[in-house]
Amino acid sequence: MILGASAAVSAQTPSYKNVGRSPSKQEISAWDLAIGPSGKELPPGSGTAKTGAGIYASKCVSCHGANLEGTATGPHLVGGQGTMSTLQPVRTIGSYWPFATTIWDYINRAMPHGRGGSLSADEVYALTAFLLFRNGIISETDVMDAKSLPKVQMPNRNGFVPARLEDISNMEKRGCRGGHCP
Amino acid sequence: MASNSSARRRFLKSTFAIAGLAATKQSATGQAPRAAPKDLRTYGERSRFESAGRKGSLGLWPPAAGPIRDYGIRTPLQNSVGMLTPASLHFVLSHGYDPPDIDPHEHRLLIHGMVDRPLIFTLEDLQRLPSVSRLHFLECHGNSATSGPTGALRIAPTATVQETHGLTSCSEWSGVLLSVLLREAGVQKGASWLVAEGSDRIKHTKSIPLNKAMEDVLVAYGQNGEPLRPEQGYPLRLVVPGWQGISNVKWLRRIKVVDEPYMAMMESTRYPSVRPDGKSRWFESEMGPKSVITRPSGGQKLPGPGFYEITGLAWSGGGAIRRVEVSSDGGRTWKDARLQGPVASKAHTRFGLDWNWDGSEVVLQSRCTDEKGVVQPTIAEVAKIWGVKMDYFQMTSTIDIGNFNAIQPWKITRDGGVHNALL
Repeated sequence: MILGASAAVSAQTPSYKNVGRSPSKQEISAWDLAIGPSGKELPPGSGTAKTGAGIYASKCVSCHGANLEGTATGPHLVGGQGTMSTLQPVRTIGSYWPFATTIWDYINRAMPHGRGGSLSADEVYALTAFLLFRNGIISETDVMDAKSLPKVQMPNRNGFVPARLEDISNMEKRGCRGGHCP
Repeated sequence: MASNSSARRRFLKSTFAIAGLAATKQSATGQAPRAAPKDLRTYGERSRFESAGRKGSLGLWPPAAGPIRDYGIRTPLQNSVGMLTPASLHFVLSHGYDPPDIDPHEHRLLIHGMVDRPLIFTLEDLQRLPSVSRLHFLECHGNSATSGPTGALRIAPTATVQETHGLTSCSEWSGVLLSVLLREAGVQKGASWLVAEGSDRIKHTKSIPLNKAMEDVLVAYGQNGEPLRPEQGYPLRLVVPGWQGISNVKWLRRIKVVDEPYMAMMESTRYPSVRPDGKSRWFESEMGPKSVITRPSGGQKLPGPGFYEITGLAWSGGGAIRRVEVSSDGGRTWKDARLQGPVASKAHTRFGLDWNWDGSEVVLQSRCTDEKGVVQPTIAEVAKIWGVKMDYFQMTSTIDIGNFNAIQPWKITRDGGVHNALL
């Protein structure tokens, strides 16, 4: 094993001298935004739907509406359950989104519109909890943090093919051909 | 086959010119700086007699701005010649956001995650590395979709090829192979995906399998012999040959090597296509074989019987185009078209066929075959693949139709008019 690992590394020795530089740990952590389904990059902090409701009312309501029904400038954030197999599927967090980590990731990087990155980790946890609560997925007092958020079971998690993430990249095994997958 | 929008364009142009003049006159100082006449010896412009332009997907020209944004800005394929798209006419789809204004000297690309040596590159660093230039098409997965907010325009008998197929373009992309950068960083055992991130407003993020990244993905800084245009990702973008437009992350600033797809917002909630049974398909990455006749095409007019070259474009995410056939009798018989070089892998390929129009009503269509032997399907065949009935394609609802590559028929009526005959 050790022999194999070192052989693999030596096969990838850098070839171009002094092109690029090593970033500092701080530089990496400042940009290391993306949160995957395992949630391993989630930062410290926490929040509940109760706190989230207040933040929503001040920072989100103008685009997404008092009842999360959406406006001309922002999409609706609730509803759509049971529509996926109809001719008018409505995709929301409750009806469609397969991973709760995606909510955290997107609010953190892109919201409020035009001011992405301006919310604190606690605020993002609280807003995520609020959206999960309003979609009937968690209770009002459930605390969302780095540990609990990745464990939230989204209603439509089993609504995708292939079911396992590790099978996605094998297009042949999936039977994809000519730009179409089964 | 005159463009019927040129008069309108000319009118708008002069209207804007007058509005500009009025604004100048009203300047507070009364000393409005006179703009120096453009020195076309420094950077050229096309002839004042040429007016082909991009157009918004909602049919508006100029494309809509403001809170309601025109989602896709389309390439005028009806005016195209050869296989390259000028950068100034390349389709634009940035999910409704304006391009960020990036100083190339300040821009950085970070490569980190499951690598032995995380690296930061400046643009100058990247330009020191061995470069490649490759011809590749980019196509939005929603190009030619018959449903959604633009579906009605796409299936209308009056649709032009810009409205039916304008979300595809082809360029020579110059840059560094991503595999070179990943080898420099030293990808660790167990890594299987990467997450690419842009520096736009929503920091658009896309997961890409590591095997595709090592195969042919480019970190591009050049397009058709010059730096990328701002709306095409200046100063740096990914080019993921043959794959849905969403993968080709613009304004690229970060690549993280990871061990699972990260399921970012666009890729996990907007782009999966929903099957009739309610299940959705993950990442249908590769665009299938597709072709369309660009001349004669919808909205054009043949002046009378006689000789015409039937010409168009064919492309496939599966590789190079091997064959294009053209039918002038509604699909009963097919003739092989000439392939005009260069014929590059995962690039637009120009085809042509000599044709004499006898003045009768005809239906023209093209179909292509790629190097894997996959043949472009008819709309009935697409319906069969998806397990739907034909009326599915006319549901202009929120159903997402992606990777739609059905054969496109154009009907020529006795008066020489060319009409969309898909449905």
